[in-house]
Parts: sequence; C-alpha cells; structure tokens
Amino acid sequence: MVAQAEILDWQARIEQHAQDFGLDFFPTVFQMVTFEQMNEIAAYGGFPTRYPHWTFGMEHERLAKSYAYGLSKIYELVVNTNPCYAYLLECNPLVDQKLVMAHVYGHCDFFKNNLYFAHTNRKMMDELANHGMRIRRYMSKHGFEAVESLLDDCQCVDNLIDLHSTFIKRRVEVRTAADLFEERERQTARRLPASDYMERYINPPDFVAEQERKLVEEETSQRRLPERPERDVLLFLLEHAPLDNWQREVLALIREEAYYFAPQGQTKIMNEGWASFVHSNLMTKQLATDAEIVDYAEHHSGTMGRRPGSLNPYKLGLELLRDIEARWDKGQFGKEWDECDDFERRRAWDTGAGLGRQKLFEVRKLYSDVTFIDEFLTPEFCAEQGLFAYDYDDDDNLYRIASRQFPDIKRKLLFQLTNFGQPHIAVMDANHENRGELYLKHDHEGLDLKMREARDTLHSLYRLWKRPVHLETVVDDWNVVLTFTGSEDKDEKLREVDD
Amino acid sequence: MAERIANDVARFRQIIRGAVKRDLKDYISRGELIGKKGRDLVSIPVPYVALPQFRFGQQRGGVGQGPGQLGQPIGRGDGEEPGPGAGSDPADHILEVELTIEEFAQLLGEELELPHIEPRGKKNITREVARYTGVRPVGPESLRHFKRTYHQALRRQLVSGTYEYDRPVIVPVREDRRYRSWKAEPLPSSNAVIIHMMDVSGSMGDEQKELVRITAFWIDTWLKSQYRDVTVKYITHDAEAREVDEHTFFHTRESGGTRISSAFKLANAMIDERFPVTDWNVYLFHFSDGDNWDDDTSTCVGLLRDELLPRCNQFCYGQVTSNWGSGQFLLDLFEQFENEDKLTTAEIDEKVDILDAIKEFLGKGR
Repeated sequence: MVAQAEILDWQARIEQHAQDFGLDFFPTVFQMVTFEQMNEIAAYGGFPTRYPHWTFGMEHERLAKSYAYGLSKIYELVVNTNPCYAYLLECNPLVDQKLVMAHVYGHCDFFKNNLYFAHTNRKMMDELANHGMRIRRYMSKHGFEAVESLLDDCQCVDNLIDLHSTFIKRRVEVRTAADLFEERERQTARRLPASDYMERYINPPDFVAEQERKLVEEETSQRRLPERPERDVLLFLLEHAPLDNWQREVLALIREEAYYFAPQGQTKIMNEGWASFVHSNLMTKQLATDAEIVDYAEHHSGTMGRRPGSLNPYKLGLELLRDIEARWDKGQFGKEWDECDDFERRRAWDTGAGLGRQKLFEVRKLYSDVTFIDEFLTPEFCAEQGLFAYDYDDDDNLYRIASRQFPDIKRKLLFQLTNFGQPHIAVMDANHENRGELYLKHDHEGLDLKMREARDTLHSLYRLWKRPVHLETVVDDWNVVLTFTGSEDKDEKLREVDD
Repeated sequence: MAERIANDVARFRQIIRGAVKRDLKDYISRGELIGKKGRDLVSIPVPYVALPQFRFGQQRGGVGQGPGQLGQPIGRGDGEEPGPGAGSDPADHILEVELTIEEFAQLLGEELELPHIEPRGKKNITREVARYTGVRPVGPESLRHFKRTYHQALRRQLVSGTYEYDRPVIVPVREDRRYRSWKAEPLPSSNAVIIHMMDVSGSMGDEQKELVRITAFWIDTWLKSQYRDVTVKYITHDAEAREVDEHTFFHTRESGGTRISSAFKLANAMIDERFPVTDWNVYLFHFSDGDNWDDDTSTCVGLLRDELLPRCNQFCYGQVTSNWGSGQFLLDLFEQFENEDKLTTAEIDEKVDILDAIKEFLGKGR
C-alpha cells in the first residue's frame, strides 16, 4: 500500500511527463479504493451513482467471484467525464500505480480528443446521478416492480440505436405549411409544356393518370411512419409508442446512456492501444526505476498476453500504433510507397521522414476501430504478428484456422467490428397491415440472430409498443418474419434468399 | 456507497433464487451434482434471467493470432444450431449461474423451510488450519514459489549485469529462492456424525440405490451447511452389516436376506466406540425397501427404543419401493413409535418424492 501523499506526488510528475509527451487531457482526479469498492464501481460501468437495477448486481457478482477465485483483477477504471475520474486499487504497489496512472492519462487524452467522443456529455457523473434519482423517485411513486420491469424491457432494446446519427442528419426537417403549399403547387403542374393542339399527344390521358397515381403514392408514402427506415429504434419508440410520461422519461434516459457508452465500444482497440502506447513510453523512459522494471515488464506482458489463438485488443491496438509510428518515421506511406512492389526496397525503405509521432496524434483524433483497421492494417503487419482468420466447422463443432491471407483477415476483422458487433435493425413501418403493428427489419449481413433471444426481445418490444410486433430477418437462408402477437409467437417464411 | 450495490446484488440473488427454487425438484433429483463438496461450484442453468437482446448467434469465424497450420483446430464451438425451429430449444437462452453447494443447501433449506439446527450443548473442539498467506526466503523445497524465485533471480542478474540478452538464461542461487509460508489459524468446530445405513439385499435394485444416493447426498449437504465438520459413515447390510466407504456404499450390489437389526447393532457399536454422545451430534439414516425378516423387527424396535434413539439427535427411516413392492417395516415402526419425536419416516417411490422425504427428515431441526 502506498501513502496518498506519495501518490499525489507521483501524479504531479506523471501529469507533467504526459504533457511533455504531447497529451491533452481533462483535469484528472484519482481516487484510492479497495477492491470491493472497485468491483462495485466497475459493476456500475464506472459510475457509482447510477440507477438501481439487478443487472448491476449480476455484474458485481461476476466480478467479485472472478476476483475471489483469482481469475481477474481490475487494475484501473477511468470514466469519460470532465474532470476525468479514475480509480486506483489501494493495495497495489507503487510500480503498478505509476503504470495505471500513465495508462489513465492515455485514456483521458483519447476521451478528450477522439472525434467519436465529441458528442458525449462530459458531465455524465452528474447526469447519471440525476437519472438514478429520477428512477428512484418513479419507483416510490409507481412501484418498484413496475419500474424494474420497464427498465428490463428498455435494456432489452438499448442496443437498437443509430451510431452514426451523431454525425449525420438522416431525418428530413419538419416542413412548414408554406413549404408544403409550394410543393403542392409544383406537383399539380406536372405536365409537359405543350401548345393546345399538341396537348393530347404530349400529355396523353394515360400519362396524366400515371402522373397522378405517382403523386398519390408519394403522398401516402409521406404519410407512412417512419418515412424512411429508422435505425434509432429507441428514438422511434420514444416518439410514437403509447407510453406514459414517466415511462417515456425512463426510455429517454436509457437511450441517453446507450449513446453515451457507445463510443467506448466503437474505439476499444484504439483506446486501449493508445493508453498502452502511452504507458509503455512513459514507464520505460521516465517513470520506472531500475528496481521496478522487472515488475513493470511482468505486469505489462500480463496485460498484453493472450490465450493461444485469440486476439487481445490491447495488444493489437498497441502493435498497430507502433507499426504506424515506425512507418511514418521511415516515410513508408504515400503514392510512391504504395506503388513500389520490390520486396527488398520496401524492407529497407527509410526516407527519414520522422513523422511518426505526429501521425499517431492525428490517428487518435480521427479514427474509430473500424476505420483504423481499414486504413492501417497491412499485409506486412499481419504476417509479422501472425494473424489468421478462422472459421467454424459444422461437422465437428470446431474452429479451424482458415486463412493467413491479408484480405481474409481484414474482412473478418472489420466484420466483427462493424456497428460494434451489433446487428443493424430498423423500424420499417409503424402501421403494418394498417393495424398499428410495428414492423422491424434486420439488415442481414451473413450472420443469423440468436433465435430464442430474438423472440424474447420481441416480447419486450410488445410491452413497449402494446401492439403486435414483427421482425423480418434471415434464418438459415430463408427470409423469415418473426411475430409476437401478444399471446403467441409466430414465424412466417417469406422466400428463400437468393445469393 | 457499499449499500447501493448490496441492494442490486440482493435483488439479483432474489431473482436467481426464485428461478432456482422454481426448478428445485429438477436440480435435486439430478445425479450429476453428487460428489461435489461444499465449496465446489456447480453451474446451474437458470432460464430467463439474463435480459435478451437482438444479437448475433454463433460467430462463424473471426481473427486470431499465433502459430498454426491452415486447418488446425483452435477451439471448440458451443454447438448451437440456429434454425427456424430453434426457438423451441431452451438451451440457447440460459444463464449459467454458479452456486456453491453451500449456497444450494441454503436454497434447499429456504424452500423446504428447514429450521436451522441448534447443536446440542456439545463442547466446541478447536482445530488448526494452515493458511498459506506469505512468502519467505527459507522453507522446504516442496513449498518453493517458482515464480517469485524466478523473479528474484531475474532481478539479481539484471542488477549484477550477468543477464545476457541474447541468451536469457536465469539461474537461481540459494538467496533467490522464495517459499510459501503459512499461518496456523484456529477454527472452532462442533461435530456431527451422519451414519447412513442401507439395505443392499437382493430386492434393492439400481433404481432404488439411485434414490438412496441422491437423498443421502442432499442430507449430507444440508447438515454440512449447519455444522463446520461433518463426519459421514456408511453401513450396508443384508443379513449381515458391514461398515464400508462412500464408494462401496453407493455401488455395491449384494443379494441375500434382510436383517435390519444387524445394521442397528453395528451403528450402536460405532457410537459406543468412536462417537460418544458427549462430543457428537449423531444423525442416523436408514434406507430399505422394508422387507425385513419377520422375527427381526422386534429386535430392531428394542434396539431403537433402548439404545439408538436416546443417543442420537434423530433417526430417519426412508422406505423405497422396490420391484417387489413395499415392505412392512415402515408400518411397524410407525405403530411402535407414533409419538416419538426423534424418529421420522418417509416413503420414497420415485425421484419427485426425494424433496418431501428430506423435508420430513430434516424439518424438525434437531
């Protein structure tokens, strides 16, 4: 155990080193906690003030058990807020504390600068405390069970958000009456210009009829809800589901939290890679004393370790960042580099560009895991790191190494990361069959949903929408519509998917 | 702060317990839990606890890192087969909850409303347990802490400059060695002994033994959760009684006549010699199909009344129905000891009766 004063002293020093390294972070507050407190905070996703729910209890049980059996131990926990809060395990030796603090500054810098975190609420500690308070108030007003089961239902659908909506405006702005009138004017006049005697030939009656039919169709499609597929299913429910005000409030705050936490899933590899890059630099160059270096190395390699055959995001992120730094230092980029296919020349390539560090700071600002892998994964890197793609073999229920080819590896990796591993699901129609039923569609990208869970999720959706709900998806190469009518599960095969 | 998570954890446990309790009969009558010890974890599949979401089924592949030839297997799938009819398959939406057998015993106790057992005024016996808590530079080789030793040697070689980067061989010397060290901690214990007696005569088939086996296991488990130390002894008998070990008790196949009094006599002798009632809480369980030799029953009754009952906390008789039907012994006991608190009887015809039998046996909290 290290005295608080010593930690504070080190914090000041590490902060200085981090600034010298070029990091730009929010003020950071370190709190010393026991492992029980650490497990508790971790169970709440870093925010001990969150609303009460048994799923946090479940997570806590898992953490406490795996700690008790020595399977895992949380060393650091840092949350994306301003000021940034980070928790240190008080029983750790000084070398671990230094390592964790250096690591934390890496995360803080990432939170503050990475584009994908730009929209997040930096006062989330307070906001979540408010959410907690509101939920508690609803519980005392509407009953514990009612609020809990609503929270259950909301959590079942809290992955149905539109990750890109923070960057793109998909929705058409609401049009004013004057706009509509003008449009209307334009539309009725949709005839080709012709002088009177040519009218019958240029605008024959069936053409005009066709035009009118199209107009009517367009109008009805505008009246359709939603006008376009809506991927922010939570928002759609919020606006259109028949909920009481307090229920709507609960759904809204669950949605807010989902959007707040989403970027962490989108930037796992980068964020951890960056923090590891920072700590390994600071520790080996400035912070670790000679006596500590062995302990540091052990701890570091423990974090970077992996089960044989699996992929550690910390390791992948760190190695890829190091690769980028080396490439930009040696000028291994640009047109000339791309077009060179002389193996020996490529290997010896060094223009002395020295742009590595600068490039890294740019990368940590602009990229998410998907774009990071897409842009910087190279065949050389894959070979050097011994990456491979594996496939599932139905016959003997085994995963087998399928390929060491660069395109295969890259495709697989990107597929796993797309939409941070969540299926794309959108609301297609809120008035399906003209009966007010909700129709969702899963944009199938090659991987089926878990059937049982999908059905149960429909039950949750039904409880929110209060009318029958449908999900169109693909099961074993068949287009299928799963339905929950409120009393029974149904499925209807539409057609076989043609490749 | 700690209270906050405590509430959520309590709520979660409550949900789990609810789910487990609903299916307790199933879990109880399942054979595979048998042989687990108190702190062993058992995975209990609890349906419908984890919240469902629209999420992908089994990943058909991914990216890994490391050596290996093409086609080399790197792991096993969970064998889930997605299909249009898969919705009816309960296996893929289940939360595996890990409970220790102790926790399970608690659930069992709650569900059956078993009273906690007050140990009779026996003296507490303390014994010492070794806890390996520290590391020190001396000790026996068998306790050498390999990792710490390596660590220390690496450290020394780095500092003294004898570490070669090209040939990183670490040779620990005497001073580098580290050993685990222990502290002795006193552990109070109050003692209980369970003596299981089973009729293994020709009429007891495998099915009957399975019933006995499961019942005996849960009885042990419950009593173990009530006492720090439980000794379990096993007796099998046909016309003769023998003390046997656990394995034999559950696996022997004998044939022959049935003289229950032989087992009672042996149990009585064991109590006399090894488990004096001043130090021990004694629980006696007897399982049979009740087909005793006619003239033997009166001997049994005499033994029970004069010797066994006064000295034990409880005597329980479980009668299983064999292929030859159910015997007379249950009725005989019932007639003789109708008003005797310490003696309980139960009939176990099939697995669903096990739970009721346990409740009958242990519901008195003696």
